[in-house]
Amino acid sequence: MTSSNNDQPLIFERSRSGRVGASLPVADVPARSLDQIIPQELLRTAAADLPEVSEGETVRHYTALSQRNYSVDTGFYPLGSCTMKYNPKVNEKIAQLPGFAKIHPLQPDESVQGALAIMHEMQTYLAEIAGMDACTLQPVAGAHGELTGIKLIRAFHESRGEKRTQVIIPDSAHGTNPATVSMNGMEVVEIPSAADGGVDLEALRKAAGPKTAAFMLTNPNTLGLFDPQIQEIAAIVHAAGGLLYYDGANANAILGITRPGDMGFDVVHFNLHKTFSTPHGGGGPGSGPVGVKKPLIPFLPVPIVQCKDDVYSLSYDHPLSIGKVHSFYGNFAIYLRAYAYIRTMGPDGLKQVSKDAVLAANYVLKELAADYKVPFNRYCMHECVFDGLREAAPGIRTLDVAKRILDYGCHPPTIYFPLIIHEALMVEPTETESKETIDRFIAMMRKIAKEAVEQPELLTSAPHNTVVKRLDEVLAARKPDLRWKKNV
Amino acid sequence: MGGQHYLPATEEDRRAMLDSIGIQDAEELFADVPPAIRLKGDLTLPAAMSELALTAHLRKMAARNSDVDSMPCFLGAGAYDHFIPAVVGDLAGRSEFYTAYTQYQAEISQGGLQALWEYQSMICELTGLDVANSSLYDGATALAEAMNMACGITGRRRIVISAGIHPFYRRVLATYAYDLGIWLEVVPLANGVTDKQALLAAINPETAAVLLQTPNFFGCIENLEGVANQIHQQGGLLVAAVNPISLGILKPPAEYGVDIAVGEGQMLGLGLNFGGPYLGFMAVREKLMRRMPGRIVGRTVDREGRSGFVLTLQAREQHIRRDKAYSNICSNEGLCALTAAIYLTAVGKQGLVKVAALCAEKAHYAAEKIAALPGYRLEFTSPFFHEFVVRTPVPARQIQARLTSNRIIGGLDLAGTDSVFADDHGGRMLFCVTEKRSKEEIDQLVSVLGGEE
Repeated sequence: MTSSNNDQPLIFERSRSGRVGASLPVADVPARSLDQIIPQELLRTAAADLPEVSEGETVRHYTALSQRNYSVDTGFYPLGSCTMKYNPKVNEKIAQLPGFAKIHPLQPDESVQGALAIMHEMQTYLAEIAGMDACTLQPVAGAHGELTGIKLIRAFHESRGEKRTQVIIPDSAHGTNPATVSMNGMEVVEIPSAADGGVDLEALRKAAGPKTAAFMLTNPNTLGLFDPQIQEIAAIVHAAGGLLYYDGANANAILGITRPGDMGFDVVHFNLHKTFSTPHGGGGPGSGPVGVKKPLIPFLPVPIVQCKDDVYSLSYDHPLSIGKVHSFYGNFAIYLRAYAYIRTMGPDGLKQVSKDAVLAANYVLKELAADYKVPFNRYCMHECVFDGLREAAPGIRTLDVAKRILDYGCHPPTIYFPLIIHEALMVEPTETESKETIDRFIAMMRKIAKEAVEQPELLTSAPHNTVVKRLDEVLAARKPDLRWKKNV
Repeated sequence: MGGQHYLPATEEDRRAMLDSIGIQDAEELFADVPPAIRLKGDLTLPAAMSELALTAHLRKMAARNSDVDSMPCFLGAGAYDHFIPAVVGDLAGRSEFYTAYTQYQAEISQGGLQALWEYQSMICELTGLDVANSSLYDGATALAEAMNMACGITGRRRIVISAGIHPFYRRVLATYAYDLGIWLEVVPLANGVTDKQALLAAINPETAAVLLQTPNFFGCIENLEGVANQIHQQGGLLVAAVNPISLGILKPPAEYGVDIAVGEGQMLGLGLNFGGPYLGFMAVREKLMRRMPGRIVGRTVDREGRSGFVLTLQAREQHIRRDKAYSNICSNEGLCALTAAIYLTAVGKQGLVKVAALCAEKAHYAAEKIAALPGYRLEFTSPFFHEFVVRTPVPARQIQARLTSNRIIGGLDLAGTDSVFADDHGGRMLFCVTEKRSKEEIDQLVSVLGGEE
C-alpha cells in the first residue's frame, strides 16, 4: 500500500525506535566501557538522530526513490553540453573487481602495480586524444580540471617572472570558466561573440595583451559550433604571450577528428563523465583530467605516476608542482571506467562516436528547424541550439516547452544556456541513441510546437503526468527548508 | 571497428539522416575544421577489444593489486576500510540513480532530490549544525572550500591551521590558498594534539578562521573547548574537519561552537577505490547558509500544495553568479552522498554508535598489545579514536616489508608523509583499526610486529 496523497514518506518518518537495519561485526576484544578509553568530556551525550528502519524497509524506501528518478537507463536524455550517452555495464563490473574497488590509496607501490599501470596508460591515451604531451588524472570534475589548468598556467607564467592576471573568456562560456578564474585570484575579461557565434577576433585582439594569462575556450563552443578561426585565435593569444585553455566539455564532437593540441591549445581538460561514457551519478562523481603541452609538465600536481623498467611508482619530488588538488589521486574508479571505454572503442570506434554524434545533432537541427528558431545557419557539431519556438501563443517560453516534454516521458534538453541565446533549447542526442528514438523525439517536439499555438494551456500548466507538478522554486529560496527536524 | 554495440546507427539510418540534411557524406559536417588541423589517420591507441578480452585484461591488472579482502588492512590516514552492508552497494548501484544527471528538472528527479535532502539532514544530525550541502569532492577540497568561504565572509586573508591536519589536506589547502594570497600559519602539536596555547596566541584580528581536524591525522582527539570563543571574539570562524564515523560517539562539532564542519565521507559506505571517488561534506550554522558552496536541495510545494524537492539557493552558484560565485563547483559527488545516506540508514541510530565504539575498543586493544612489545611504544598519550602512532624499534620501512610478506596491509610509514617528523629516521608508523578487524587479525598483526626479521 502506498500513501494516499502520492507523497513519498521521508526515511525519518519510517523510523521506529529500536529497529535495526544492519548486521554489524561483533565485539570480540575484551569489553570495557567507552569512558575508560576516551575521557567523558570528549564523548557525545546523545546519539545522532539517524533513521531506525529494518533492512527490508531500507530497500523499499530507496527502491521507491529510484523509481521517482529519470535516468539514461530509463529513457532519452538529450541534455545539451552534458553528453548523456549510454554508460556501459561492463565498465561498472570492472570497477567492482576487488583488485580495484578494495585497494587503499596509501598501500605500498609494489602492492598496487596494476592500478598504477592503468593510471600510466590512461594518461598516455588521454594525452594522445588531446594532442598533448602529458596528463594528470587528479581533478575530479570539469570545474576542478579548470581550476587545476588555470593554476598550471599561472605557475608557468610566474616561473618566467611574468605577472599575468587576466583570463579572457567569451560571453558564451559556461559559468564555471569565470568562476574558476576568480577562484584563482585572477580577473575575467569577457569578450562578446561574433554574429556567426564564433570568437570576435577584433574583440580578442583588443583584449589580449601583456596582462593576458590565458584565453579559455570550448571548441566546438557552447553553441555547438566549431570555430574555424581557431588557428588565428591561437596565434593572437600566443603573440600576446598568453596560453590557450581548452574546456573539453564538448569533446564528444572531435574524437579522432581533430585534437586540441593540434588546434593550438596548451592546456586541456576532459570530462570523462561526458565524452568517455562514465555515469553522471545524479551530479557526480565525475573525472576531469588535464592534459598539457611540454612547457607546463613541471607544474603538474603531485604525485606523478612514473614507470621505470616496468615498475610503477608514485613520485612526490617535483619542486615546481602546483601541489595537490585532491586528497589522493583523483577519482580512480571513474577513470578506470573511462579506460575500459577507450579500450573497448579503439581508435576507429572513437572516431565513429564523434561522426555519429555530429550526424545525429545535425539531423535534429534540420528536422526541427521549421518549428524552432535556429540562431545560426550553419552545420552544428555534436549538439544544436534553438532559440525557442518559431510560433507560439503569447507568453509561452522555453521553460513551458521543457515542462511539456516531461509529460511525454522524455528528459528535456538544456534550457537557457548558453546565456546569449535568450530562449535557448540545447539538444545533444549523442551517438548511442537509435534513429527511432531520435525520430520519436522529433515528432514529440513538433507536436509540442503545435500545442504551443493551439492549446497553450497544455504547456503553461505542464507537467501533468509527473509525481509532482511544477514546483515553487521562489518559495524554496525565500523560505529555505533544507533538512528534516524532529517534531516539526 | 570497436564498440559497435554502443553505436545503434545502421548504414541505412546514417544514409537517411544524411539525406534529410541534404549532404552526401558525414565528412561535410566537419567542413568548419580547417584541413591543417584535421587528424591524419587514426589516433595512436590500442586496437579495440571485445568485452571478453577487455574483462580478461582488466582481471589480470586487478590481480596485480593486493586488496583488503585478501589481506587485513591496518592502514587509515584519510581512507578507511569499514564494513559495508550488502544493501548499500545494491541500492546505490540502481542505475536509475547512477545514470541520471544533476536534478535540473525537479519533477522527474524527485527520487534523487529527496535522497540528497535526507542526506543533508543526516549530516546535520551528525555534526549538530543547521544546514548541509549535498556534497563536495572530498575531505581535502571540502576543507579548502571552507577556507575560501571563511576568507570571503570575513574579508580576511590569514588562516591558522593545526599541524594535526592531514598532510595531504594541508598540501591541497596550500595549493588553493596560494593563488588567492591567503596566508597559512601552522600551529604545532604537543603530545599529538594542537598546542592550545600556541593556537590561542596565533589568533588575532586578521585571522579569518582556525582550521583543525579531529580526530587528527595522528588519530588523537582534539579538545576544541575554548577555541570558538577566542576566534569569535576576534571576528573569525572556527572550521573543523571531522570523521563522521567518530561522531557516533564523539562530541559533535556544533557543541564546540564550530561554524563550519567539513570532512571526508568515504567511510560512510564508500569503497576504498584507490583514493576516489570519495565524498566531501560540509555543514554550517544557519547564518552562513547563503555563503556555502555546492548544490543544496530544498523542500517546497508544487502547484497543488504537494511537497516536493528542488535545487535551491542557486544565486550562490557559478551558473548564475559566474565570476562572483563563491565556488566554481558544478559536478560534485552526488552518488557518493546518496551512498552515504543509504549507509547511515542501514546502520541507523544505534548502529553508528556501535560501529564507532567497536573501532575505538579494537584500536585500543591493538595499541596496548603493540605498546607492550619489546622496543615498541605509543608516540603520544593523548586520547585517540581508532588510529595511533607507534614508535618502532627498527625503521618502519622494514616493518612494512615484514607485514607485507605476512599478507598484512598496514601501518603507514610516517617518514615522508609529514613535516612534523622531518627529523624522523623512519621509526614511526600510523596504525588504524576499524570494526572490521577481528581479534584474530589484530593478534596476528601483533605477533608479526613482535617477531624477528
